Amino acid sequence: MIKRLPLRKFLFTIISLALVLLVLIFVYAPILWLVLSSISTRADLLAVPPHWIPAHPTLDNYLSILLPGHALSEVSRTFKICLRNSLLVAIFTTTISLLVGSIAAYALARLHLPFKNKVLTSIMSVRMIPEMSLVIPMFIVAASLSLINKLETLVVIYLSFTLPYAVWMMTTFFEGVPMELDDAAQIDGCSRLGILFQVVLPVAVPGIISTAIFTFLSAWDEFFFALIFTSTVASKTVPVAIAEFTGRYAVDITGMMAAGVVAALPPVILSLVFQRYIVSGLSTGAVKG
Amino acid sequence: MYLHCDKKSSQLTLHQQEVREGIWLLMPSFAIILIVTFLPVLFNLVLSFTDTPISNPIPQHFIGVENYLHFLRSADFWQAIWRTLYFTVVSVGVELLLGLGIANLIHAHPPLWSFLRTSMIIPWAVPTIVNGAMWRWIYNADYGALNGLLFTLGIISKYQSWLTSPFLAMNLVIVADIWHSVPFIALILQAALATIPVELEEAAMVDGATSWGRFWLIRIPLLKPAILVALVVRTVEAFRVFDIVYVLTGGGPAFGTVTISFLAYLESFSYGHLGSGAALSFLISIFTLLMSLIYIRLLYRPGVNS
Repeated sequence: MIKRLPLRKFLFTIISLALVLLVLIFVYAPILWLVLSSISTRADLLAVPPHWIPAHPTLDNYLSILLPGHALSEVSRTFKICLRNSLLVAIFTTTISLLVGSIAAYALARLHLPFKNKVLTSIMSVRMIPEMSLVIPMFIVAASLSLINKLETLVVIYLSFTLPYAVWMMTTFFEGVPMELDDAAQIDGCSRLGILFQVVLPVAVPGIISTAIFTFLSAWDEFFFALIFTSTVASKTVPVAIAEFTGRYAVDITGMMAAGVVAALPPVILSLVFQRYIVSGLSTGAVKG
Repeated sequence: MYLHCDKKSSQLTLHQQEVREGIWLLMPSFAIILIVTFLPVLFNLVLSFTDTPISNPIPQHFIGVENYLHFLRSADFWQAIWRTLYFTVVSVGVELLLGLGIANLIHAHPPLWSFLRTSMIIPWAVPTIVNGAMWRWIYNADYGALNGLLFTLGIISKYQSWLTSPFLAMNLVIVADIWHSVPFIALILQAALATIPVELEEAAMVDGATSWGRFWLIRIPLLKPAILVALVVRTVEAFRVFDIVYVLTGGGPAFGTVTISFLAYLESFSYGHLGSGAALSFLISIFTLLMSLIYIRLLYRPGVNS
């Protein structure tokens, strides 16, 4: 017994380590291929069988989509404008959702409202509505008011999924802030909004960060609405540009790979830097839902 | 007596004041959600009873339930539904199993567990469109990594075109979706596992429960709420799948990967039938609602899950 136990433990460690490595390969192999492709020359990329390690690693593909000059295709040439568009849309969507949403969340978390549960349930059900049922009516309205191909339109549309989410998340986080803080501030003569912005928000910072990241990522990722509502260079977002690489401009593989890495970098870096907020946010948005 | 009444009425007004304040604070969010969600959904329902074309997108001719009947009778619709169900069941099923496995693996704290947990965030964070484009390049018939790998290992003797058979194409789309979505389930379940008190499993061990028994009798029941949430979120998402199909296969080959959302997209924006597209999207909402209800019935028992 005394002799067998360490052996069992050793075997267990070996097997689980093997499983860990297997999962790591599954996670990293596709990314590695994407990154390697993005620093390959066209010749390396089109070799059969592939040159796993590029013979002439180069940053040209990145330079060609980020700097003016020698881009292979129209969509490569205009990619930096799409980056700017995506950034603007994601930042404005996040800011508005957080500002408007935090006020509603504060009311739901702190005031004794008889209809509180009804409001929260309808917010949940709003999240279940497929984008498909919103896109056609929105398209008709936007087309008749000449609001197609405008970043502002996209921001308003994105509020349809980011705002309910932000209200839901922040209500949960605000409920975790001790009520005594509010009472103290109220005795000191703070108004409701004063309490929200000066007392509750600063304490709920982790929750705010996590809500902000989720909102930003969902706006940055969004493809379907952007596909329908933006087609000009001045309004296209990054996902639409990348989809064009796989369609009309399928020959520009090096451009597509570099664009893919550039598009993935902001969300990946944000998520890694704020990883503990991501995990807690997933659980809050989830376990409570 | 009077004092008591006075106190009560002043409490009531305080409460009323609070409700009034609450309504003001909720107003901005409510107004936005009304404009970007409730009104469009209503408009969409009205549209679904018309034959509005995209060339002149003003609803004029009401044709009753004609659009709905058209779809319920059409083979394309039912094929798209079956394809979507296949996609949903297989991808969510595999994702749940793998996610559960990985969550338990991380929870056992083997070497590198913390690095593994961090790594899981990356596929989750990669935008869906980039994920689709990446796998499209991996599956590429002439230069893709899948061909390269299998060829180098001697498993295939010449390059294959992976995306030309509908069945294979659908399953390869599922693989790409699994890569992207397993981390979501794994991270949620791992966080839920971390909240299970160690004492519970230790007590079971003292009582002679095998590790398999502990898994089924302690972990799974305690994980149930988290599993339910992961399943509902992922099923609703998978049933609406569009983005990854759009970039990876474009619905092909021979409409073999046209899911129900993709069909609605084609109907509305390629064929220009906004009215029938609206009807189709309404049918998708009903299916989505039904599925969430079924899950909640199956997995949620009030009182058992606190």
